[in-house]
Amino acid sequence: MKKMMQVTGVLLLTSGLLVGCGTTATEKPIKKEVSQASTLDTEVAAYKAFAIDQLDQFVIATEAFVEAVKAGEVEKAKELYAPARMYFERSEPIAESFGDLDPRIDARLADIKEEGQGEEEWSGYHKIEYGLWVEGKTEGYEEVADQLMKDVKELRAKVETVTVTPDLMIVGAVDLLNEVSTSKITGEEEIYSHTDLYDFKANVEGAEEIFKLFKANLQEKDAALVTTLEESFASLNDLLAKHEDGKGGYVSYEVLTKEDTKALSEAVDHLGEPLSQMAIVVE
Amino acid sequence: MSEQEEKSVFQKKISRRKLLKLTGIGTVGAIIGASGMTGVLSAFGMNPFEDDDETVENKIKFYGKHQSGIATKGPEHVYFVSLTCVAKSKKELKELFQLWTKQSAELMNGRLIEQAKSNTLLPPVDTGEAVGLNASHLTLTFGVGPSLFENKALGLQSMKPTELKDLPHFPKDQLDAHYVGGDICIQACADDPQVAFHAIRNLVRSGRGKVTMHWSQAGFNSYEMKHKEKRTPRNLFAFKDGTGNVNVESSKDMKEVVWVQPSESKNWMIDGTYLAVRRIQMHLETWDRTALSGQEETFGRHRDSGAPLGKMDEFEDMELDRKESGGRVVPDTSHVFLALQVKDRMLRRSFSYSDGINPNTGAFDAGLLFLSFQKHPKQFINIQNSLGRNDKLNEYITHRGSALFACFPGVTKGSYLGAELFD
Repeated sequence: MKKMMQVTGVLLLTSGLLVGCGTTATEKPIKKEVSQASTLDTEVAAYKAFAIDQLDQFVIATEAFVEAVKAGEVEKAKELYAPARMYFERSEPIAESFGDLDPRIDARLADIKEEGQGEEEWSGYHKIEYGLWVEGKTEGYEEVADQLMKDVKELRAKVETVTVTPDLMIVGAVDLLNEVSTSKITGEEEIYSHTDLYDFKANVEGAEEIFKLFKANLQEKDAALVTTLEESFASLNDLLAKHEDGKGGYVSYEVLTKEDTKALSEAVDHLGEPLSQMAIVVE
Repeated sequence: MSEQEEKSVFQKKISRRKLLKLTGIGTVGAIIGASGMTGVLSAFGMNPFEDDDETVENKIKFYGKHQSGIATKGPEHVYFVSLTCVAKSKKELKELFQLWTKQSAELMNGRLIEQAKSNTLLPPVDTGEAVGLNASHLTLTFGVGPSLFENKALGLQSMKPTELKDLPHFPKDQLDAHYVGGDICIQACADDPQVAFHAIRNLVRSGRGKVTMHWSQAGFNSYEMKHKEKRTPRNLFAFKDGTGNVNVESSKDMKEVVWVQPSESKNWMIDGTYLAVRRIQMHLETWDRTALSGQEETFGRHRDSGAPLGKMDEFEDMELDRKESGGRVVPDTSHVFLALQVKDRMLRRSFSYSDGINPNTGAFDAGLLFLSFQKHPKQFINIQNSLGRNDKLNEYITHRGSALFACFPGVTKGSYLGAELFD
C-alpha cells in the first residue's frame, strides 16, 4: 500500500512537469486540485432538491402503505409496497447517510443477523414484507408500521442537514449500480415479495438522475463519454422494460430466466465502467 | 541507482518493477537529469504507440510477422477467454482492436495498460494486480470465431473463409453449451498466473460495452528441467504431452503445418492460423484405479520415460508396426496409434486445468484445455475423427467444450490487430 502511494506521488510529479513542458499533444493537462466543488454548486443544489422531493413522496407513499397495514388490508398493502420503496431506492446515496435510520427502514433479516443481532431487532419495510407475503397477514405488524412511519418522517426531516458534495454524487451513482449488481441481480433484496425489479429500476433512475445533472459539464469535457452513458442507460432501460407487467409495474423476479438475469447483469456492468468515469466532472 | 537501472532509464524504458523502485522525488530528479523529458514521457507509458521494449526482463515481442503465443515455447500458465461481440458496427469493433493493440504492447512490456491519473475520484485505469511483477513472458493471441461473421451488423460476411465454421460433432462428444464457441478469443500465456489473468481482466474491462464474456478457462503446465531446458510437460494422467509435436523453431514445419500461406485462405488470414479449442474433462478417479500396463496401452507410451512402448527413450521412432509374439507392441486402439493413422499434423499447445469439484459426482473437475494451431481446421478434424470411437483414452475423458477461431497474422508497428480483416 505504501509503495503504491509513493508511485502515485511520482506520477503526479511527472504529470505536473509534462504540463509545464508543452509536450502534451496527446495528454490532457491534469489539474492538481481534485475537488473544485465551487464550480458544481448548481448541480449539487439540484441534486439535494431531487432527493428532498423523492423523500417527500416517500413519506406520502409510506403513509398510504402504513394505513393499509393498520387497516388489515393485505392485498392493498402488497400493491403499495414496491412502488413506495422506489422513492427510497432512488435517493439511497442520501438516505444511507444516516447510519441508524437506513437499517431501521430497509434492513433485511440477513443484514440483522450479519450484525450479530437477534430477530427482535428487525424492523421496517422488509419485516412487513415478511408478514404480507409469507404469513399473509398484517396482524401483529401494527407497531412495526407505526415505527416505520416515524423513521421515514425522521429521515425526511434529517435530509435537510445533509451536505451534498460532488464526491457524494459521483460515488453515489456508482454505489447505486453496485447495489444492483450485488443484491438486486441475485434476487436477494426482496426475498419474500420478489419485487426486486422495482428496486432495480429505482436504483438505475437514481444513478441516471446524477448523470443528467452532470451532463452539461461532462459534455464539455468528454462528449464521447456522454454518448456512451446515454446509450448504456438506454440499453439497460430497454432490457428492464421487457419485464414490465403492463400495469405500470414489473413482473416477479422469480419469472426471470438465468439468461434474463445474465443479460441484465452484463448491461449493468457495461454501464458501470463509463459511469465511474463521471469523476472527471471535478477536473 | 545501479548501472543497469540507469541504462534502462536512459533508453526510455521502465518495467513495472522498476517503476516501483523509482520512488521519491530525488529519484525522479535523477531520471530527468539523466535522460531528459522524452525519457520520462515514454517511461510512464505516455507514448500512444508503444514499441516492444527489448531491455525488459522475460519479454516476448508483441510486433512481428505472426502473433505471439503460438510459436512461443514452453508456456506455463494460460488464461483463455471466449467473448461475445456486442459492438454494433465494424467501426466500433475496429476501435476496440486498436485499443487492444496498444494495451497488449504495454502489457507484454510488463507495464500498466495506462498511467495513473491524479484524480483519485476516478477508478484506476489499470486494475493493478500485476504491479511489481515483470513481463513474465506474457503472450497475447487474438482470434475470431465463425459466429462473428454471421453478425450482419458488422458486415463481415464476405470476409469469412469457407473453412471457418463450427467444428463437427465428434464421437463421444458431450458438449456443454457453457463451453462452446465464441465470437472473439484471447489467449494469455505467462510464467505467472496473475500476470496472465491481469492481462485478460484489463482487456475485457476496456472492452465493456463491446464484448461480454462467454466462457473462460485457466490452465497450467509444469516442466521438468534438464540442462536448463524445459522437457515435455506431463498432463494430469502423468503422461508426457507433446513429444511428437511440430518443431516451432523450424520455419519449414511451421509454414507447412501452422501458418496460412498466400492463396490458401482469405488474404487477411495470410501468416495467421486456426486455433482449435477443446475443454476435455479427465476422469481422474477411474484413471487412478487403472493398472499401469493398462494406462501405458491407452497412450501407447511408457509413462515415466515417455518412450514408445517397448523402447527406452522419449524421442525414439514409434515404429507402429512392431510386433511381439504375434501381437502389436503398440495397440491399434492406443491414442498415439490412432493419431498417427492420418498424415495431418498440428501444433499442440495444451494446458491442464483443475476447477474444483463436480457437484453431481463429488469427483475432481479437472482435465485438459486442448489448444492446437493449424493452417486449416481439417488437420485437427481429421486427427480427431481418426481417434473416433476406438481411442482407448475415450474411456477416461469426455469432451465438454469446443470452439474454433481464426487467429490474425502478427501486427506491424503502426498497424493494429486484425487490420487486414477490418480495413
